Amino acid sequence: MVTTDRPENVGGLTRKDFVTDQEVRWCPGCGDYSILAQTQRVMPELGIPRENIVFISGIGCSSRLPYYMNTYGFHSIHGRAPTIASGLKASRPELSVWVVTGDGDAFSIGGNHILHVLRRNVDLQIILHNNEIYGLTKGQYSPTSEFGKRTKSSPYGTIDRPLHPLSVAIGAEATFVARAIDIDAHQLAATLDRAARHRGASFVEVYQNCNIFNDGAFAEFAAKEVRADRTILLEHGKPMIFGKEQNKGLRLNGMTFEVVTIGENGVTEADIMVHDETREDPSVAFLLSRMEGPAFPVPVGVIRAVQRPTYDQLMQQQLDEIARAEGPGDLRELFTEGDTWTVE
Amino acid sequence: MTTLTKSSEQPEGREVTELDRVTIRFVGDSGDGMQLAGTQFTKTSAVLGNDISTFPDIPAEIRAPQGSLPGVSGFQVSFSSHDIFTPGDAPDVLVAMNPAALKTNIGDLPRGGILIVNEDEFSETNLKKAAYKDNPLTDGSLSAYRLYKVPITSLTQRALKDTGLTPVQIDRCKNMFALGLTYWMYSRPLDTTIRWVQEKFGKNKAVADANVMAVKAGHAFGETTEMFASHYIVPKAKLKPGLYRNITGNEATALGFITASKLAGRPLFYGSYPITPASDVLHELARLKKFGVRTFQAEDEIAAIGATIGASFGGSLALTGTSGPGLALKSEAIGLAVMVELPLVIMDVQRAGPSTGMPTKTEQADLLQALYGRNGESPVAVVAPATPSDCFNIAIEAFRIAVKYRTPVIFLSDGYLGMGSEPWLVPNVDDLAPIDPDFASDAATFKPYARDPQTGAPPWAIPGTPGLEHRIGGLEKADITGNVSYDPNNHDRMVHLRAEKIERIVQDVPDVEVMGEPGGPLLVLGWGSTYGAITTAVMRAQAQGKKVTSAHLRHLNPLPKNLGEVLRRYDRVLMPEVNLGQLRLIVRGKYLVDAIGLNKVAGRPFTIADIENKITELLG
Repeated sequence: MVTTDRPENVGGLTRKDFVTDQEVRWCPGCGDYSILAQTQRVMPELGIPRENIVFISGIGCSSRLPYYMNTYGFHSIHGRAPTIASGLKASRPELSVWVVTGDGDAFSIGGNHILHVLRRNVDLQIILHNNEIYGLTKGQYSPTSEFGKRTKSSPYGTIDRPLHPLSVAIGAEATFVARAIDIDAHQLAATLDRAARHRGASFVEVYQNCNIFNDGAFAEFAAKEVRADRTILLEHGKPMIFGKEQNKGLRLNGMTFEVVTIGENGVTEADIMVHDETREDPSVAFLLSRMEGPAFPVPVGVIRAVQRPTYDQLMQQQLDEIARAEGPGDLRELFTEGDTWTVE
Repeated sequence: MTTLTKSSEQPEGREVTELDRVTIRFVGDSGDGMQLAGTQFTKTSAVLGNDISTFPDIPAEIRAPQGSLPGVSGFQVSFSSHDIFTPGDAPDVLVAMNPAALKTNIGDLPRGGILIVNEDEFSETNLKKAAYKDNPLTDGSLSAYRLYKVPITSLTQRALKDTGLTPVQIDRCKNMFALGLTYWMYSRPLDTTIRWVQEKFGKNKAVADANVMAVKAGHAFGETTEMFASHYIVPKAKLKPGLYRNITGNEATALGFITASKLAGRPLFYGSYPITPASDVLHELARLKKFGVRTFQAEDEIAAIGATIGASFGGSLALTGTSGPGLALKSEAIGLAVMVELPLVIMDVQRAGPSTGMPTKTEQADLLQALYGRNGESPVAVVAPATPSDCFNIAIEAFRIAVKYRTPVIFLSDGYLGMGSEPWLVPNVDDLAPIDPDFASDAATFKPYARDPQTGAPPWAIPGTPGLEHRIGGLEKADITGNVSYDPNNHDRMVHLRAEKIERIVQDVPDVEVMGEPGGPLLVLGWGSTYGAITTAVMRAQAQGKKVTSAHLRHLNPLPKNLGEVLRRYDRVLMPEVNLGQLRLIVRGKYLVDAIGLNKVAGRPFTIADIENKITELLG
């Protein structure tokens, strides 16, 4: 497990302290309600004073979330939330900064910023509400929509191949990569909690159902009745076992995973790969990030959590070291650097 | 302009002529060290007590093919015994290190001007690279100039033959030989340069010694050879007493922003993406981390301003910097800062556009972009420095306005100011007024968009302040509370409140002052880097008895409150701009004054003569 560096302290706050007086304006039945509720539920558990928490979003349905969080909040412009969050965190490292984004916001218009906020490892949480559709603009395909999808802007089917957000995150040197499902409230809350406690850029993909424009996009594996068989909850240090009967597992065969059944063909629990989220090498995490149904279970939980110095911490450290070595800056000295002369 | 004031015979028969102003242009291949020769000449002349003004002319290519026309790099320095405001229209002396440099610059040298060429480089190959059919040194085509053919390469080689350096290393010293020769011609001491060489190459003694030997050899060549009939002195200028240093506009800008941060007691945050000609400011601020400056080299222009807005939300003095194309990319984010009303300074060191344009060449054509280049009613304050050293004052002014009025402020410099230099009277830090960030802290009375009755500005409530948790964003907000609002009347009100806030800045804008008569037949009105050329041209015209006055604007939005009244006191208003008449459009629209344009967009600043000629044309 990753070490916890924040006190477990509710500080007298409850979920209700994080609810604003603003009317929530998502469509009834939207997966965003669950994400909001779990976010508000997790907040008091973190022991962070409310005034030190900031939610920053871009544009899209999900990006309305900061209006509903009774913390500091900034609903910014399309795709740019990671930049605003980076500037805030780099200049105020003591704040807990959260980025709320969607698949279009993060991977279409804001694709560049996602790469760079992850590689810099700025210590903030990025919560991707992935509904594989453009909701706010009323139903066009997104960069995570499946190939061939028919939407308002692709009546004959898309010809764009989708990207895998978690794979992109791993490729961009992300130190914390996790996935959750909107309707699995418990696991979602646990994942948000882990993300908050990770030092560095935490990237969480939440499969979020858009019941208006892409209803049932994740039902194939996320629906309660099939979830146990079609998803796998990754837990650090435990074998990657799943299924209603808890008898299926993932075994590494060469450079790919295969699904095996414990008790069949001589397979025992010892053959199942143990999940190591702290593995420095990202290859296994990458394989997991691309694992899809129906042949494989969809991984949820923390895929990768490694420790690296954070951008904000390095920036502060550099400033402190320079201040120690060179002393505080003196304007008079600065003004008269180099050759000067006096006119009588 | 060179004015000959007196001559005298020296005992050894060499004539010494006193001049009041000289302009030298060093030109050569971009690998020839011309920028270095130019800056050394500048430093030496400044320390000697001349007033100076400089401008480098750097090719966009880092290393174009050696000896080629696009690879020519130049540095012009003007030094004088009186106040000067520009680096000079045309050089009095052209030092050309190869045929390409001669070809691209000879057109600027007036007839009778001094031309020093490195004749060693006029080989057949080099002539061909410069597209010369015949050798200009021998075909008589340079007969209009006072041509001095100096074998700079071979003289440098001979002087340094015993240093043990490689031929390549020795060749790199030929700029110092040329510099030494010009030091002799204009009676400059060598010590400032020798000291600099020793500091710069201190670790490599052989190289340091070779550079010193080369500059001395050049000086000795001037003294001993019979080639030069006379040399010159340019006496000290009568500058305002005090401590001076030479400073470029970009350096002064960086220093101004750091000073603003100190005055506000808040750390400076600089988000930027490298772009010519603004990158020097990033380099300068990144070097000065001991002042608590946080520099963020972003992945693109948008991220640069995004991070800056984030830092402003957090309470830093937040700055982003760029040049024209980058300002275009930042437009949407500037609109966001207008909407959320956070203090922010956007520095634009303008260059020739549109699109990529000519990155190393100057222009003033981003004014309308700065004023209006955003969607919706999106007013911002705009300020523009007038001279390289004025960049310091205007940088502080930009933050003073941004913080007090909680608004983005665009600081419009340009390549001519940014790269040009002049002496700077070092200010006394204690004389500068503090900037009060005035953060909100009282939870009982806090309303995110309640406004200060005097400024019209909302509070600056930064995260970390208990009880002030609130949400801001790009959606229209209800007056006072800041909650999202689509109410038509509220939107109308908010658009007016934001506009009125910018208009109220005028209470802090000094009245425009005129240089000359308070009224009359002609006013020359300028802004930004045209100050030097306009001021000099108008002074000269006034000295000839012409009834002309000048005025200069540093605040472009809002404009000084007395401007309309001043304009109406003159029969005609002439507006020189390095664009097609952008401020003129505003002035005509706002004051209904039929101003006349003088517009030049050649990637170069106005010459004094450009403006003098127009004044003559208008006044006869």
